[in-house]
Amino acid sequence: MKITVASGKGGTGKTTIAVNLALSIKNSMLIDCDVEGPNSHIFFKEPMVKLKDVSIPAPKFDLDTCTLCGKCVDFCQYNAISIVGEKLLFFDELCHGCGGCKIICPVDAITEVEHYVGVIEKGGTGDLPVYHGMLNIGEPFGVPIINELKQFADDKKTTIFDSPPGTACPAVETMRDVDFCILVTEPTPFGLHDLTLTVDVIREIGTPYGVVVNRDGIGDDRVDRYCEKENIPLLAKIPNDLEIARLYSSGVPMVKGLPEYRKLFEEMFDRIKEMI
Amino acid sequence: MKIAITAKGKELGSDIDTRFGRCEYFVIVDTETMEFEAIMNESAMASGGAGPQAAQTISKIGAKVLITGNVGPNAHQTLEAAGIEIITGSNGKVGDMAEKYKNGELSSTNAPTVGRHAGM
Repeated sequence: MKITVASGKGGTGKTTIAVNLALSIKNSMLIDCDVEGPNSHIFFKEPMVKLKDVSIPAPKFDLDTCTLCGKCVDFCQYNAISIVGEKLLFFDELCHGCGGCKIICPVDAITEVEHYVGVIEKGGTGDLPVYHGMLNIGEPFGVPIINELKQFADDKKTTIFDSPPGTACPAVETMRDVDFCILVTEPTPFGLHDLTLTVDVIREIGTPYGVVVNRDGIGDDRVDRYCEKENIPLLAKIPNDLEIARLYSSGVPMVKGLPEYRKLFEEMFDRIKEMI
Repeated sequence: MKIAITAKGKELGSDIDTRFGRCEYFVIVDTETMEFEAIMNESAMASGGAGPQAAQTISKIGAKVLITGNVGPNAHQTLEAAGIEIITGSNGKVGDMAEKYKNGELSSTNAPTVGRHAGM
């Protein structure tokens, strides 16, 4: 089974929910897909060890063969290739590595070279393996790493994916092809605003989903009212407990420091299983 | 000579759009006759690479000069390759800027004036 923990707003508690859920259920693994700033591994003592480099194919142009016909320019959806006058320009940071320009070129002037965008690392234990990806500094596009990370999901285990924040490509990639999506929010106007954006996206994707309210007790009840009106299952509420924050800041998951919270995550998992 | 001016509308009385890649219109002015035409900037909604694409658009039209507010690094590189003179820091009305250019009151820039994605 695959479960993604996502949210529109950053800092709502995705990693908190992902790490503690993975620790509270049997036979689980954790894959942190926030390749711009993975932090799930902080809650595990074991060091992260490099597994592999991730690359995308980048075009290399043979300018002696190129006729400047512009077919690759028209094809590229990301405007990574420009032709002005007699000059061809390639902007590697715009290239998504789709390989289309090489296929479309009528004179075979394009070959492909590996462009390294980041790495995948593994840590955790045999019982609970932890994977994450790290996008190289200066690289703008994490989706290729997320795609490769998803391949490490073990069908015999319950895989928890920790999603990047937001509703753009990296979050969408993490929210699709999974069995369930937990949307974490906080009960504030800002939390609600970004939750509604994420609900729009997840409805489009079609993954079953439910909401977890983190830091319950702050803000107001508008998230509750929204979920009720929209018929969205409320999976759990985690109280705004200073002790949770204290443990978090020293790298201790709440279910380890405050074992009474384990039940909350077990029940959350039971509800999810009923819904898929 | 044709000059391209980034604009929020289609007339000489329209305001300058200070963005290049994601401006609403290009007003193309012929400096000899002051005749002009406006074209919609199809790069305005591009997911990325709006600057280089807009630079190709005005290059194809045959513009030799660009008058705008700011240009980013990719736009700058493409405009330079196209041999288009870049004038930044413009504001006010399209027609007034065209007159100022004609009178030699504007000077060109040789470096990007903003970072990537400044016009998003």
